[in-house]
Amino acid sequence: MKILVAVKRVVDANFRIRVKRDGSGVELDNVKMAMNPFDEIAVEQAVRFKEAGVASEVVAVSVGPAKAEDTLRQALALGVDRAILVQHEGRTEPLGVAKVLRALAEREAADLVLLGKQAIDDDANQTGQMLAALMGRGQATFASGIEIAGETVRVTREVDGGLRVVDLTLPAVVTVDLRLNTPRFAALPAIMKARSKPLAKLTAAELGLDLSPRLTVLRTEEPPQRQAGVMVATVTELVDKLRHEAKVI
Amino acid sequence: MTTLLLAEHDNTTLDPQTAQALTAALALGQPVHVLVAGTGCGGAATAAAGFAGVERVLLADEARYGAGLAEPLASLLIDLAAGYGAIVAAATSTGKDVLPRVAALLDVMQVSDVIAVEGPETFRRPIYAGNAVEIVRSGDAKLVMTVRASAFAAAPAGNAAEIVAVAAAGDPGLVRLIEDRSVASDRPELTAARIVVSGGRAFGSKAQFDALLMPLAVALNAAIGASRAAVDAGYAANDLQVGQTGKIVAPDLYIACGISGAIQHLAGMKDAKVIVAINSDPSAPIFQLANYGLVGDIFTLLPELTAALGPAR
Ligand SMILES: Cc1cc2nc3c(=O)[nH]c(=O)nc-3n(C[C@H](O)[C@H](O)[C@H](O)COP(=O)(O)OP(=O)(O)OC[C@H]3O[C@@H](n4cnc5c(N)ncnc54)[C@H](O)[C@@H]3O)c2cc1C
Ligand SMILES: Nc1ncnc2c1ncn2[C@@H]1O[C@H](COP(=O)(O)O)[C@@H](O)[C@H]1O
Repeated sequence: MKILVAVKRVVDANFRIRVKRDGSGVELDNVKMAMNPFDEIAVEQAVRFKEAGVASEVVAVSVGPAKAEDTLRQALALGVDRAILVQHEGRTEPLGVAKVLRALAEREAADLVLLGKQAIDDDANQTGQMLAALMGRGQATFASGIEIAGETVRVTREVDGGLRVVDLTLPAVVTVDLRLNTPRFAALPAIMKARSKPLAKLTAAELGLDLSPRLTVLRTEEPPQRQAGVMVATVTELVDKLRHEAKVI
Repeated sequence: MTTLLLAEHDNTTLDPQTAQALTAALALGQPVHVLVAGTGCGGAATAAAGFAGVERVLLADEARYGAGLAEPLASLLIDLAAGYGAIVAAATSTGKDVLPRVAALLDVMQVSDVIAVEGPETFRRPIYAGNAVEIVRSGDAKLVMTVRASAFAAAPAGNAAEIVAVAAAGDPGLVRLIEDRSVASDRPELTAARIVVSGGRAFGSKAQFDALLMPLAVALNAAIGASRAAVDAGYAANDLQVGQTGKIVAPDLYIACGISGAIQHLAGMKDAKVIVAINSDPSAPIFQLANYGLVGDIFTLLPELTAALGPAR
């Protein structure tokens, strides 16, 4: 069984981004970049399937600038066998990325495609669902458990009302949530070894695809900031403020 | 062209987020039809027909829609899509699951998590965990968007729109529901509650989380929320997580107890009208946006607070 895993290079989750003064976007110069945290979890899951003998090969794919090679090398250091970088400068959108992934899933004859549930930069939460639609296959989003048995993948999904367990016929698309696993750290020898693992580069045009964005970003703004209020010394004072000042209880 | 709103429901009751998403759908300036797809969901359809501004309710009452699976629902929406200029849903776990599938089949880019409709093609949406807001224009032939319900007021009641049955679409049969482990709770629903009391890692155990927060929630008739750390540690169920990757809430009052205030948590609650923070660390970031801050130990302060509020109202 072959697994394709999608990884996006994004601003590090611990970095506090700033909106550019002129409203043209978010400041991305000299900003710490990292693998999207959900994608680290997807990579970890794929590698565990490989280690358990369930998967024969794990291939990581990223659509992004030349620098996204770092993200793919990280995936290779974590145990992925091979990587594909689809080079694209500028913004990517879920629809375009889904088209690229569909083309590669077909070419690679992948049985399972793992993605993060959401990229923490655009917070779109779309790519996996779009990919499943384009492939004409089943999808299981927000996975906190994945088991493979023959031609079926059983997924526990985190949904608004609790948990739902679904069975999908392979090939299928699964997007992972935070509680699926805790990703490992790459050890130094693995990082060294990753440098010599295969990494192919191609462009969307070579796949016959056009990644021009469909949405036009007119402006990017700072959200309204909340001001800190007052400190209260006691519970009695707090209750008094909530009753008589804020009038919320 | 008419707008189609996908209703959120559990086959029995209509989720209040539908009425909030309706306000966003109406802001597109076109007539609105509401699709209620499920099994035995006639009551939810009647409820949907009662909201002002709804022109028609489409009812697809079929076993295949009962489990809320994305594949058959997307097929149905695609069957109906020709008659509509826009397809809208609340950004619930169902809306997020189904709508991108529909968008891809229509070859359009979805606009996710809309917080304001600026015009029929122009929308505001948060990015980077709400640390920036993007104003985007969709140039696609059809609009597909999910709506952050907490950003919109509920459409008022006062209507009895016609309810029309629609034929079921094909079911690709790719996914089967094996088990529904919905969590039953006697607390108000997190996204609908007027008051939310939320707990973090500081509670140390599920037993202490329940013992300290439950009486407080009862005294305030509040919903219970949690940080990711509290959910990861098993103190609270996953559907109580508030934040960038959990639920987005905007109650009148949010009481954060033993929560540090990481940006991912703030993303889910910073639009609350009044925020209270109780934390033993005076430099915890949560105090920077709390209206009222109280420094101290939750293990002594929360029982004190519950007692001070008096019996449940
Ligand atoms: C991709 C990604 C997505 C995420 N999504 C979310 C999300 O949706 N929601 C979310 O909440 N988090 C999310 N997180 C996690 C987030 O970054 C924080 O790790 C998390 O919110 C911390 O939870 P906490 O405040 O309960 O724990 P901590 O940060 O450990 O804070 C505990 C607080 O309790 C205080 N405390 C300790 N003991 C006491 C006591 N006895 N009395 C009073 N106060 C006490 C401490 O001073 C501290 O401030 C996400 C992270 C990532 C990377
Ligand atoms: N440019 C990209 N390259 C590779 N994978 C991506 C890219 N964009 C999104 N993805 C994948 O799709 C998931 C969801 O992203 P999104 O739909 O943008 O929130 C991510 O967690 C990744 O797994």
